[in-house]
Amino acid sequence: MQKQIIEAKGPRPKHLTIGRIGLYCFIVMCALFFLMPLYVMIITSLKDMDEIRSGNLLYIPQTLSFYSWPKAWSEACTGFVCEGLRPGLINSLKITIPSVIVSVSLGAINGYALAFWRFKGAYFFFGLCLFGAFIPYQVMVYPLLKIENAIGIYSSLPGIILVHTIFGMPILTLIFRNFYASLPIDLFKAARIDGGNFLKIFFYVIIPMSTPITIVAIILQVTGIWNDFLLGLIFAGRDNQPMTVQLNNIVQVDFGVAEYNVDMAATILTSMIPLAVYFLSGRWFVRGIAAGAIKG
Amino acid sequence: MSNSVEVKQLSFNYGKIEILKNLDLNIKDGEFMVLLGPSGCGKTTLLNCIAGLFDLDNGQIIIEGDNVTWKEPKDRHIGMVFQSYALYPSMSVEKNLSFGLRMSNTPKNIIKEKINKASELLQIQELLHRKPSQLSGGQRQRVAIGRALVRDAKVFLFDEPLSNLDAKLRAELRYEIKKLHRDLGNTMIYVTHDQIEAMTLADRIAVMKNGVIQQLDSPKKIYNKPSNLFVADFIGSPSMNFFTGKFLSTNNSFSLGSSLINLNNYQFENRPSDLSDIVFGVRPEDISINNNEENMQFKIELIEPMGADTLIWLSFENIPFSVRIEGSSEYKLGDLISINFDIKRVSIFDKKSELRI
Repeated sequence: MQKQIIEAKGPRPKHLTIGRIGLYCFIVMCALFFLMPLYVMIITSLKDMDEIRSGNLLYIPQTLSFYSWPKAWSEACTGFVCEGLRPGLINSLKITIPSVIVSVSLGAINGYALAFWRFKGAYFFFGLCLFGAFIPYQVMVYPLLKIENAIGIYSSLPGIILVHTIFGMPILTLIFRNFYASLPIDLFKAARIDGGNFLKIFFYVIIPMSTPITIVAIILQVTGIWNDFLLGLIFAGRDNQPMTVQLNNIVQVDFGVAEYNVDMAATILTSMIPLAVYFLSGRWFVRGIAAGAIKG
Repeated sequence: MSNSVEVKQLSFNYGKIEILKNLDLNIKDGEFMVLLGPSGCGKTTLLNCIAGLFDLDNGQIIIEGDNVTWKEPKDRHIGMVFQSYALYPSMSVEKNLSFGLRMSNTPKNIIKEKINKASELLQIQELLHRKPSQLSGGQRQRVAIGRALVRDAKVFLFDEPLSNLDAKLRAELRYEIKKLHRDLGNTMIYVTHDQIEAMTLADRIAVMKNGVIQQLDSPKKIYNKPSNLFVADFIGSPSMNFFTGKFLSTNNSFSLGSSLINLNNYQFENRPSDLSDIVFGVRPEDISINNNEENMQFKIELIEPMGADTLIWLSFENIPFSVRIEGSSEYKLGDLISINFDIKRVSIFDKKSELRI
């Protein structure tokens, strides 16, 4: 007996409808719109000044000129010194790396303590943290400056690292606490019965499960601290000014001609690190944000 | 026999809510004690207090003669198995098992020996190098039990360990836990809301409600002679049938509407006074069908076949009640039958105090 083929009634629904096509057009246009500034920056940095002056902002360069990149990197004048952005990059690294390590570690321990070791007043403390995350930090700049001055670390590398750590604390504590609160509490109980103390449980049980949220925290802190201008300007001191401050000094020239191609190259150089962080870890970022309870 | 675990006048509050009220419980050496009750009755809280995971507000906990009220969980000679298994997801099975021993700096050869012994007992040797995420629910729970075994715990605490498993696996692991208890002879405290688990595993069951132990007895006693209405209603599936009526002392019977049931065969603990309100409770299997046409006739209103036996629903003075009969019997909806109550096996309660009389 031959097997009868049964077909669904009516035509198969079309996948590509007019609405769909419209949607794709809109998405592509949005993408182009947001890519436009980057495009202009890149082509402008590759033009020479004559071509820029001729005013065709969106045209691709007639003659490729790489003059602006080395200049931005090592020759452009930031104030009275003309060493380009290179020292700024090193300063920014010197500020960002320790700040991120210290603030993320402390945030993780804070969140762990708040989520698992419920001391009296833990909720009040957590509320305080939440509140702290919403206070504009300009309010605290002057008092902090006075404090740092008093203990003698104002205008130094430790000074700016301390400031970044303090300002990162509320939000980091918050995200770590919420992540840990979503872990099954039984794990923590089991670890206590197995004989772990505060730090042992943290290092052996909690940290190995914290990868996704740690990556989220690192991305937040790296971009936040790298892009910071105000705190770096105020607390880092003349010798440790981060890249953002030096970029500003290049762009805001008081003498000579404004070299837009150099400005563009310098800007791209400065944004290289946060861009790289996003491209390399975007997948992890989404995973970390979306991570609910980890299944055992 | 000495006591393995003693709980004395334990009180525990959560905020302003009293979870456990002045609770006393003695568990004998080697006993399998099941804490049974509906959710929110405080059974898990009690277990957590014994484990030292919650700080109690009042009272004492003594384990193996050692007052451990304020001791850390690790110093209480206990091992605990959780409903969610609580295996460390980043560690292999072997590392999960050895975590406690590594924390107490046990020499490597001893750790290895203990892991071998435990994994052999639980038949998880092949799983030692897997991660918890690569195990099935039943295997995970075995590993969790193994973790308690490896620690040489004197007292095993189980917090609803089988609730996350499917019915078949649950029965399988229930059997294994019972066997484990038989072979090891450790004291075990087991929290569950599943009365089948409680009945099958326990030496004694403590039925709890609102933080108070309602009855503490052997499973048989709890099933056959529940000490109050709550226990009678909570234990047994299908549950006990209840009828509320009056006691007539002149002819020693229970009266409901126009019907009278003779209670001569019932052994009263306290004879109620004449005309007092009482609750007559009878389990579905303590009602039998006879074909005496002179007796009162009941119409079958509903039939629930359950395989081995069948539940048929009748009603008496408009109160529906169930009768358990053999699965092979061939009654149909609407059939008229007459019934007998096995008065020796019924339970009678005072309506006001809800206590057995």
